[in-house]
Amino acid sequence: MSKRIAITGNEAVAEAMRQINPDVVAAYPITPQTEIVQFFADFVSDGKVDTEFVTVESEHSAMSATVGASAAGARAMTATSSQGLALMWEVLYIAAGLRLPIVAPVVNRALSAPINIHCDHSDTMGARDSGWIQIYSEDAQEAYDNLIQAMRIAEHPDVLLPTMVTMDGFIVSHGMGNAELLPDDVVKKFVREYEPEHYLLDVENPITVGALDFSDWYFEHRRQMVDAHTNVKDVVLQVAKEFKEISGREYKLFDSYKLDDAEVAIVVINSAAGTAKTVVDKLREKGLKVGLLKIRLFRPFPYEEIAEALSDKKAIAVLDRADSLSLMGGPLYIDLRAAMYDSPGPRVKMVNYIYGLGGRDLNMDQIAGVYDDLMKIAETGEVTEPITYLGVRE
Amino acid sequence: MSAVEKGWKDVPIGGLVLEAGSAKKYETGDWRTYKPVWDEEKCSNCMLCWIYCPDVSIIVKDGKVSGIDYKHCKGCGICAHECPRKCIQMVLDTGENGEAGAGE
Ligand code: SF4
Ligand code: SF4
Repeated sequence: MSKRIAITGNEAVAEAMRQINPDVVAAYPITPQTEIVQFFADFVSDGKVDTEFVTVESEHSAMSATVGASAAGARAMTATSSQGLALMWEVLYIAAGLRLPIVAPVVNRALSAPINIHCDHSDTMGARDSGWIQIYSEDAQEAYDNLIQAMRIAEHPDVLLPTMVTMDGFIVSHGMGNAELLPDDVVKKFVREYEPEHYLLDVENPITVGALDFSDWYFEHRRQMVDAHTNVKDVVLQVAKEFKEISGREYKLFDSYKLDDAEVAIVVINSAAGTAKTVVDKLREKGLKVGLLKIRLFRPFPYEEIAEALSDKKAIAVLDRADSLSLMGGPLYIDLRAAMYDSPGPRVKMVNYIYGLGGRDLNMDQIAGVYDDLMKIAETGEVTEPITYLGVRE
Repeated sequence: MSAVEKGWKDVPIGGLVLEAGSAKKYETGDWRTYKPVWDEEKCSNCMLCWIYCPDVSIIVKDGKVSGIDYKHCKGCGICAHECPRKCIQMVLDTGENGEAGAGE
């Protein structure tokens, strides 16, 4: 039987890892992710998992050990946040290039400097072109569900790419929410045994991993990665369908909330979607046609489907919890503007709100203000301020 | 190489090499600037050069050094440095007398 309990995001993710029971976990503590590996270390010492737990001296080593274990043939996981992810950078690309289906929860936290431990998305947004699949989660339930689904997505023979599942630091990682956890045996059956086709410990079939690859073949191997990313969307939907059968919960490439008949819409990632949905409900009560689109799969970016869902809107606000410092707005805004370029019909007006950097709260009044701005833009057809820093003190 | 050149769909993913010992096919001798020249007369067959060579380029037959594999030797000079009898000399590889990459 599934059980509905009060649980933090970190605990829910650690529970998912216990149920997945990976062969190897190599991790290093970093706020706000620390609890995940702390809970998991308890599972190891209490004999609740069969995992070889490698305590390493840094995140660079954590990702390196995870790559080694995965290449050897193990189902390998790690977890990190912020500076930890930054320290893994070099090895993130290696994991993707070697096509190792490592799965890692990442708890979103701002990057230094100035030093900060609270939530924004600058850490995972920086890793968006590393070749990893990125799946974002609004709350503990989604983080738990996404992590379990990520195993099947990453390890799918048409994909074989590392996958990070994110949630917002503190807001979700430490906030008590309610979530329904699946029975252990159901998760075990869902994630299956990991059976890699080629692995280093297969002594009968010796292979070389990480050989030198010059101008003669490197390009072809990178092209293969594009092919793998092209296959991700279908696999995500197929895995979601199977996951619904065991959980009753429905997942798609992205989540639409009262979007179909909406005239204006907010596009947002992670926990702010929860706050924004409440604002949508309140404004709908007043008869305003407002809606919301929440990103789930960000890499690869399902740009055609998202553009289609938004092409008939009069105005869109993209909320970014990270800035690109390119002066073109946040990373989601930049991608979405590119996605909308080919959408049919008249050009949809778009604006960007950078919010919540370093854990600054985003409240309902601010979101209501964004919808207000959107309705003015829809009415006048004029954008006066394309990029706004929402909640910064002037 | 077949008539039609292989493309990205035809090779194992991630740069995996699925056959053992394939480094032998990849000749790296032409990377060399200096080449080791071995003096058989002075050699005591202590095998230190064979142990230290990072490219497995010291050829040994019946327990004795028999030459250097110039198709794979990269000219690092470690063998010359380690030889206790100084019977390996590093000389500028001009391409003559054991051309770079041309064989033993
Ligand atoms: S020069 Fe270096 S690569 Fe060449 S035989 Fe000597 S040790 Fe080996
Ligand atoms: S180290 Fe010198 S003496 Fe010893 S086997 Fe090699 S060449 Fe001969």
